Amino acid sequence: MMSVSPVDFTWLIGGPQGSGVESGANVFSKVCAEMGYQVFGKREFYSNIKGEHSYFTVRVADKIIHSNVNDVTLMVSFDAETIFRHFDEVASNGGIIYDSELENVDTGKVHTLDAPFKDRLHNFLESKNKPFTIAGVLELAKEKGVKLFPVSFKSILEKLSEEVGNPKLRGLVRMYNVLGVSLSLGLIKMPADSLLNSIDNIFAKKPQIAEINKQAANFSYAHATNNFQDFSYELTGTQKEPGTILVQGFQGTALGKMACGCRMQPYYPITPASDESVFLESNEILEIIDDRPGSTAVVQTEDEICAMGMTIGAALTGTRSATCTSGPGFALMTEMLGWAGINEVPVVITNYQRSGPSTGLPTRHGQDDLLFAVFAGHGDFPKIVYASGDIEESFYDTGNCFNYAEIFQVPVIHMMDKFHASSVITCKRFDPQKISINRGKLLEKVDDGYRRFEFTDDGVSPRSRLGMDNGIFWNTGDESDEYGHISEDPILRVKMMDKRMSRLDLILKEIPQSDQAISFGVEEHTIISWGSAKGPILDAIDMLKKEGILIGFVQLKLMHPFPGEYVSSLLKDVKTIIDIEANHSGQLGKLFKQNVQRDIDYFILKYSGRAMTSTEVYDSLKKIVENKADKREVLMHGA
Amino acid sequence: MALKLADYKTDVHNDWCPGCGDFGIVNAIQMALAEMGIERDKAAMFSGIGCSGKTSHFINTYGVHTLHGRVLTFAQGAKIANPEMTVVAVGGDGDGLGIGAGHFVAAGRRNVDMTYIIFDNGVYGLTKGQASPTLKLGEKTKSLPSPNTNSNVNPIGLAVASGFTFVARGYSYDVRHLKDLIIQAVNHKGLSFLDVLQPCPTYNDLNTRDWYAGTDLVEEAQQRHSRIYKLEEQGFEPVVHYDSEAEVNEKLSQALIKSLEWGNKIPIGVFYKNALVSPYTQRLQDKIPNYLENPPAKQNISKNGHPITDISKILDSLEV
Repeated sequence: MMSVSPVDFTWLIGGPQGSGVESGANVFSKVCAEMGYQVFGKREFYSNIKGEHSYFTVRVADKIIHSNVNDVTLMVSFDAETIFRHFDEVASNGGIIYDSELENVDTGKVHTLDAPFKDRLHNFLESKNKPFTIAGVLELAKEKGVKLFPVSFKSILEKLSEEVGNPKLRGLVRMYNVLGVSLSLGLIKMPADSLLNSIDNIFAKKPQIAEINKQAANFSYAHATNNFQDFSYELTGTQKEPGTILVQGFQGTALGKMACGCRMQPYYPITPASDESVFLESNEILEIIDDRPGSTAVVQTEDEICAMGMTIGAALTGTRSATCTSGPGFALMTEMLGWAGINEVPVVITNYQRSGPSTGLPTRHGQDDLLFAVFAGHGDFPKIVYASGDIEESFYDTGNCFNYAEIFQVPVIHMMDKFHASSVITCKRFDPQKISINRGKLLEKVDDGYRRFEFTDDGVSPRSRLGMDNGIFWNTGDESDEYGHISEDPILRVKMMDKRMSRLDLILKEIPQSDQAISFGVEEHTIISWGSAKGPILDAIDMLKKEGILIGFVQLKLMHPFPGEYVSSLLKDVKTIIDIEANHSGQLGKLFKQNVQRDIDYFILKYSGRAMTSTEVYDSLKKIVENKADKREVLMHGA
Repeated sequence: MALKLADYKTDVHNDWCPGCGDFGIVNAIQMALAEMGIERDKAAMFSGIGCSGKTSHFINTYGVHTLHGRVLTFAQGAKIANPEMTVVAVGGDGDGLGIGAGHFVAAGRRNVDMTYIIFDNGVYGLTKGQASPTLKLGEKTKSLPSPNTNSNVNPIGLAVASGFTFVARGYSYDVRHLKDLIIQAVNHKGLSFLDVLQPCPTYNDLNTRDWYAGTDLVEEAQQRHSRIYKLEEQGFEPVVHYDSEAEVNEKLSQALIKSLEWGNKIPIGVFYKNALVSPYTQRLQDKIPNYLENPPAKQNISKNGHPITDISKILDSLEV
């Protein structure tokens, strides 16, 4: 046996929705992170509560990683579907732990295998002359060089039940996930203590259940150590980076909101956005340094329209308020977005995008709504669209979004996506003191004669709030005078439009360029991209760099108003511009063309609903460098 | 210095049609505010879209003229963020019971401590008189090409069924009575609803001021009488006095039955009042112990430009 260094190991666990795949993956991720490894995990699931196939891919490495890769090093499954769907992803020197009771199961018995997938699988197996059974696909894996580790989950539970004298354990299939994790950790020789601690943490409030799970973990861990041999990978731990957190995607924006003073969040449930609101409500009472406790009022509304209306209503009282939604919900909010625009109300809409159009792939990834966000609402009004590239960024960006909303008195749409939301990663502990809080022209007190929409040199008027002494103002969705009363006067109309729209120039002037776009180096071939595509890109250009191929990368963050001149200056010496994003039409490319007046040379796009891996981005970039690429490379990896 | 009625008026030109019932409602609101002595900068009028939507511009408090059908969403958000405000929302029947009906029902479930007044005239005035949700099936007002093909919604019945805890009806030409109802509604701890019958002199030629006055009704005594009568003068007892299912059901049912009266006898006054249901702000207070003394709008969030919220315990739990 050898210890592979550097460590770059991908573990996949799959099973029916509701069978504990996610909690199993959380245990595995936590153990790896505690043993000092960097972790990048991602959950894939159907729009379904119980029964459909879900899986979690956890990449573990001893250096910083930003994405998943194509190859799976070790797959653990306790159902047949996982094997049918993923056996081919396991790399030649990798392994599969599977339930030996399933060997004779054929594809006809797995009712959740949908027809298009089954047809593809059958064609493939036929071409390889294999039966449509688990034994058939495992034979193929074995021929490729994959190590098979059969184990009867049923007999493990039976033996365990005898050993600890607890007959209830015999049929406890919901423990299969713990067995799977423990078998995996035993196989790769990860020290068992961390596993047991992790179980204790998860079941801290249910000591009896913790005990049963620990017995099962110990037993199956030992089973793997005693029975599984000849696996090439050992992960025995590495130097832990101090101040590392293991954080879930939605927690970045949620913690950012708590820290930067968001005190009201109305929302309507929608995947993949609601987790953020639920997390905020679970932590609604806030500790405040040297002061009485604070709180966030999280209100579940009857629809996204009400969520947006309440957010605006709260913002008018001077409360930092936000809502969180996804494409379909954001679509419902757009009329109100215009109202916030004309009334210069600072609100933040956190938009966790998913695959559209319409309901689309409701639990799958897509960066589908960039153009929609930029052009959302009827009529011309200023707004900001700001995009975060990863979870760590999203914490600090949330603080920036609230500052921008208040400084420029505009609605801010903070673009996140499903890839972010269902990732679990290790990163540096967030530092709230790196967030600044700037409330712009929010008044502390008001003198007589207040005019909410007073014309000023910079186009931003001092802002009163509902309830403030002497601060009475009027709002209206109609065009208005400086007091906020309806006016249809043509001269005033032009002045008011000019005042509001001048904000767009001010935004470009005032937001530091380093927060508008980030250059990771500019080369002859340079990528432009935005949002969660950042991770796979960073890892892919790193892989190419090791081969001596240098690729530049400019990450856009301020999507609207678009920093055309700045981006243009960054890219002036670039020969080939490559746009990478997770949608069909290359939406950033369109904005780029509009604002930089330059054509995109290559698009690397993915719209299968699955997040990009660095492997496939690497492959396409290499084709581009070697002049073998199509102008439009479409990525397809992922079940 | 005590505030006078004139202090609650703005000098914004009022462009409602001559004879519009809306004038009576805006006067009643101003009179109620003055009589209650509510500080102008501690009150906010929210309005929807349509003729009634302009109301907030005529009243000299904070005024938020929102979107069609959505007034309750803005108003509830403001009240939850700053529960010290007196919040009154107004809108038309098309606004609140057509496009906004979903919010109307949901607001009832929430019972935020504020008042909602519907200017109920049976037509969409500002778009030239189409049928609104309170116009009855088969009725044909002036500008309808053919009689109304929809049945009407019963605003009082819907409010009662949705959970509004104060439900009343006023008449825009009985300004004093309406003013008293508004005062009761604003003082009620919970979501109060006022359905105000308001003749549209331009587009509703059926439910006119004369019609409400009963000029067409000539009884045996050869005397005309108003169609409108006051519930309180008939000994109607709308208040839920104790928190029992039987009591609540009885008061709800009699309100619903009363709400069905129409035609020659139209009741106004309080149909239902239940102060025993907790307002939304109290529900928040129950889970956030200092919510009412330190609501979202009052909280300090920064010191010297940096956060004062301490999230270190959560970060500790994420640390590996």
